[in-house]
Amino acid sequence: MSQVATIDPSHAHAEPAESPLTPESWGKLGMWIFLSADAMSFGGLLAGYGALRYYSPNWPVPSQVLGISLTAFMTFLLIVSSFTMVKALSACRKGDRAGTKLYLLLTILGGASFLGMQAYEWTHLIHEGVTLSGNPFGSPLFGTTFFILTGFHGCHVLAGVLYLTCTLLQIGRGAWGYNEVEITGLYWHFVDLIWILVFTFVYLL
Amino acid sequence: MSHHTHGSHAGHAEPNYFAVISVLTVLTVLEIGVVFLPIPRLAIGILLVGLALTKAIMVAMFFMHLKFEKWALALIAGTPLILCTLLMFALLPDSNPELNSAKSTAAPVQHHP
Repeated sequence: MSQVATIDPSHAHAEPAESPLTPESWGKLGMWIFLSADAMSFGGLLAGYGALRYYSPNWPVPSQVLGISLTAFMTFLLIVSSFTMVKALSACRKGDRAGTKLYLLLTILGGASFLGMQAYEWTHLIHEGVTLSGNPFGSPLFGTTFFILTGFHGCHVLAGVLYLTCTLLQIGRGAWGYNEVEITGLYWHFVDLIWILVFTFVYLL
Repeated sequence: MSHHTHGSHAGHAEPNYFAVISVLTVLTVLEIGVVFLPIPRLAIGILLVGLALTKAIMVAMFFMHLKFEKWALALIAGTPLILCTLLMFALLPDSNPELNSAKSTAAPVQHHP
């Protein structure tokens, strides 16, 4: 019955045993599990997109309707921001705090620029008549799925930019270190990975 | 910063990140080129999905350091891919226009009192 009563008080505040999967950090394991769950959210949305698109006979050809050159540059920007993120982690491993902060700042700038370009793209499409409920190019579900998929990803980028900003501030204060930068990096690379798939399925296919 | 423990893969040699980003950029350019190739849409689709999966795996392996993690962690990371592939097959009947139109034009079921 009262299991609590049997616990040795001297171990009440002991650190939990290390995870065999990620011996260096429980936080890292937690982030991987979260990312797996989040990947299934995106997988569900992409599978739904595929089913709806296949069913709709008048689905527009995305590459002819959406601006590929801008989104290709956005893809390149996210890839570069992933590069600056690993450079931040590399600098952190060497104990180079100034380098870590610089590369984190560059990653934030990359993410913020991506969001700016997405806002520009959305504004342009809305002016052309693409909305959640309809569009002049064909199946009304084209606009619905486009805004939901890119919007869901955009929310992740926004969360990533905020997360990176928190990490930068905490590194500046000396409160966070390698482990926290690595966990932040995992989230940011995931955002990049998902965009690679969204770019192909929504813009190119 | 030094009081924090470093990761299990902190001991391995660092991948050549510049080479990784260069390959990812080249694959992105290839993807855009593939869209305009004068080949059947199915072939374009297969090529694009192949290129996208290659890029995604490269990001996971080298940027997320999955290559240097324990296999069980890679299993956690790979589970969504397996489940989402199954989901696509599960949705296939719903996305088949012929199957759906056959259902809608089927003779109504006669109810016997």
